[in-house]
Amino acid sequence: MIPLLIRIQEKEGYISPESVHRISRFLRISENQIYGVATFYPKFRFTAPGKMSIKVCMGTACHVRGGQFLSETVGWKLGISIGQTTQDKRFDFSRATCLGCCTLGPVVQINEDIHSRVLVTQLKEILERHD
Amino acid sequence: MISLLQRKEKALRQWESLIHNKIPVIYVGSATCGKAAGVMKLIDVIRDTLKLNELKAKIIEVGCIGPCYMEPLMDIKKPGYPRICYAGVTPEKARMIIEGFLIEDDPLLHLAVGHFATNGQNESLGIPHFFDLPMMKSQTRLVLRNCGFIDPENIDHYLANDGYQGLLKAFDVGHDEVIKQVKEAGLRGRGGAGFPTYKKWEICRNTSGKEKFMICNVSEGDPGAFMNRALIEGDPHCVLEGLLIAAYAIGADHGYIYINTDYVLAIQRLKIAVKQMQEYGLLGKNIQNSGFDFEVIIKEGAGAFVCGEETAQIACIEGKRGMPRSRPPFPAISGLFGKPTIINNVETLGTLPNILREGAEWYKHFGVEGNYGTKTFSLVGSIRRGGLIEVQLGIKLKQIVYDIGGGPWKAFKAVQTGGPSGGCLSEEFLDIPVEYESMQNAGSIMGSGGMIVMDEDTCVVDLALYFLDFTQKESCGKCSPCRVGTWQMVNILERIVKGDSEPDDLAQLQILAETCAKASLCGLGQTAPNPVLTTLRYFRSEYLAHVKEKYCKSAVCKELVYYEIIPDKCNGCKLCIDVCPTDAISGIKSEPHTIDLFRCIKCKACYEVCRYNPLAGNAIEFKSSKKMAVA
Repeated sequence: MIPLLIRIQEKEGYISPESVHRISRFLRISENQIYGVATFYPKFRFTAPGKMSIKVCMGTACHVRGGQFLSETVGWKLGISIGQTTQDKRFDFSRATCLGCCTLGPVVQINEDIHSRVLVTQLKEILERHD
Repeated sequence: MISLLQRKEKALRQWESLIHNKIPVIYVGSATCGKAAGVMKLIDVIRDTLKLNELKAKIIEVGCIGPCYMEPLMDIKKPGYPRICYAGVTPEKARMIIEGFLIEDDPLLHLAVGHFATNGQNESLGIPHFFDLPMMKSQTRLVLRNCGFIDPENIDHYLANDGYQGLLKAFDVGHDEVIKQVKEAGLRGRGGAGFPTYKKWEICRNTSGKEKFMICNVSEGDPGAFMNRALIEGDPHCVLEGLLIAAYAIGADHGYIYINTDYVLAIQRLKIAVKQMQEYGLLGKNIQNSGFDFEVIIKEGAGAFVCGEETAQIACIEGKRGMPRSRPPFPAISGLFGKPTIINNVETLGTLPNILREGAEWYKHFGVEGNYGTKTFSLVGSIRRGGLIEVQLGIKLKQIVYDIGGGPWKAFKAVQTGGPSGGCLSEEFLDIPVEYESMQNAGSIMGSGGMIVMDEDTCVVDLALYFLDFTQKESCGKCSPCRVGTWQMVNILERIVKGDSEPDDLAQLQILAETCAKASLCGLGQTAPNPVLTTLRYFRSEYLAHVKEKYCKSAVCKELVYYEIIPDKCNGCKLCIDVCPTDAISGIKSEPHTIDLFRCIKCKACYEVCRYNPLAGNAIEFKSSKKMAVA
């Protein structure tokens, strides 16, 4: 089931109630069981993502180098908090546990681009560049 | 069928021709850290530059060589020169180096950091050998020996560097001798707990049953650790060879590699490696005429921290919620699908080829009695030279932090090992050796290899809250000491950082932490209070400052501080206005500025710029909010 959920999320961006229904019919298990497994893992999301996904790394290395300041600034700029999508569906904002480039922290990932050694002051520019 | 020895000879010829080739070779470090530093763009630029100048050169994407703080790294091996390493290579720099070196034969040594000359090559370049650099000198690279040198997507490179020789040796000596050798070498599980590897194996080997499973654990959930990812990205075959050796020793015919889906590059390289192994007859039936059958499946997990725990990981592979169960029965007796199963960490497996190939006696040269061998760490945090390192066990913490890492940026405060399960060690512990027992006695654990250095800008109370918040969210919820205990501890810590703490909070915290450690079902809950317990022990004064004086000296706990501009000192340079992300500071040039405290998110940006920029007047100070209330 887990590989199936991963593929669906890759393709559609999130796990919708419809896709859970489809999996349930396909694997012949209850939707409850699927939600039971899917909600256990932090990887899966159940709301549609925005056009641009902003992920602020919250690994320990990024944390000690000011990651939480970054996430607050992003939240302030977009007017949303972690896990939400802006009303115009342009940005969604989430936290990553660790992106694996800890020496370059703090890092922010926007779609597939990773920005390293980000200062609070550079965020404005980075967001504008992606706009 | 072509035998492995014939393949090796062919691979060796290829390798020799690569090294002594007339065409220059450009090595680019393109593991995840390199990619984050912009290596893909760099490779495009290199290709364009070569094409533009009609130059011929071979570009090889290699794994992480270690000093990630210097990324992006580019090495050039040109006939007549040793391999020369350039650091911090921007696209402009790359263009300059390639044009200068390949066309005009000037290696631009002022941009280089080191060379890789082997015996007999020209060493009088005026730059140090790469392994004599301060960061590399105290390291011993056994597991990571190939990372950064071979093409991880080419099995021939691995074969040419003694690849799969350990496996052939294992087939020669037989199952029991492999276990005996690992026992003699004193190899202990590199996942963190340090359980002797051979013991698990013996139990599994002696359990009857036709079907057995071997699992490689790549569930690297610790935030701030990337050693296992880097090893797979740099040298996937060494892990796979280890997996085969372990499977052969216990008699398993099916193997799983449990890996986080977020490790995109690592999964991609593993898949390529597995395919090559099938082509070379290293997987399937009767591998290399040894009578040993083995198949491997790469299983993508969905990123839960608790899935690093053996029984939870088994549940996850079976497609269930990744919840641990009580032991016994141990997985070695009844594991995946109820069959005997061994789970070993990536690094444990990565060590096996070396032990089998060179022998247990050789391996015991490294490390100290009871803690033989080497351990990889990801040295990160506020450190000058961060990156992927491998050291012999028994080295002093101080050597890692200062000799290899070059020390923290500001005054040293603590070093954290073992991720959310480990502890924070203060300055007086810098003299302890890095061994399983000594780390445990100090209240921390060796852990899988995350090592985070903190300086005075980190508040330990905030850090304890950070880790507990993490474990609380990752707690699977099965047993109440962990589910409720971590939640209550988070509550108390949140009160402390907000300045609402009550006098007996610290005592309560201590009791909760001890209960949670004793009563939890699995390793996650048992070790989750470690960050709290160690910080309470070694940094009590900081907790007291938060509780009694409501003051955070690192200005991290936002509710406890506010910023103020001292009008007499402010020279009106407007630097703080430029850096403020929320436009909270206003003022005109050459006149004192003011901060709007309602807009201020206390990100410290203005404080840093005012303190460290020579043009600014060091006029911004942070003060305790409690004192503001009194005033």
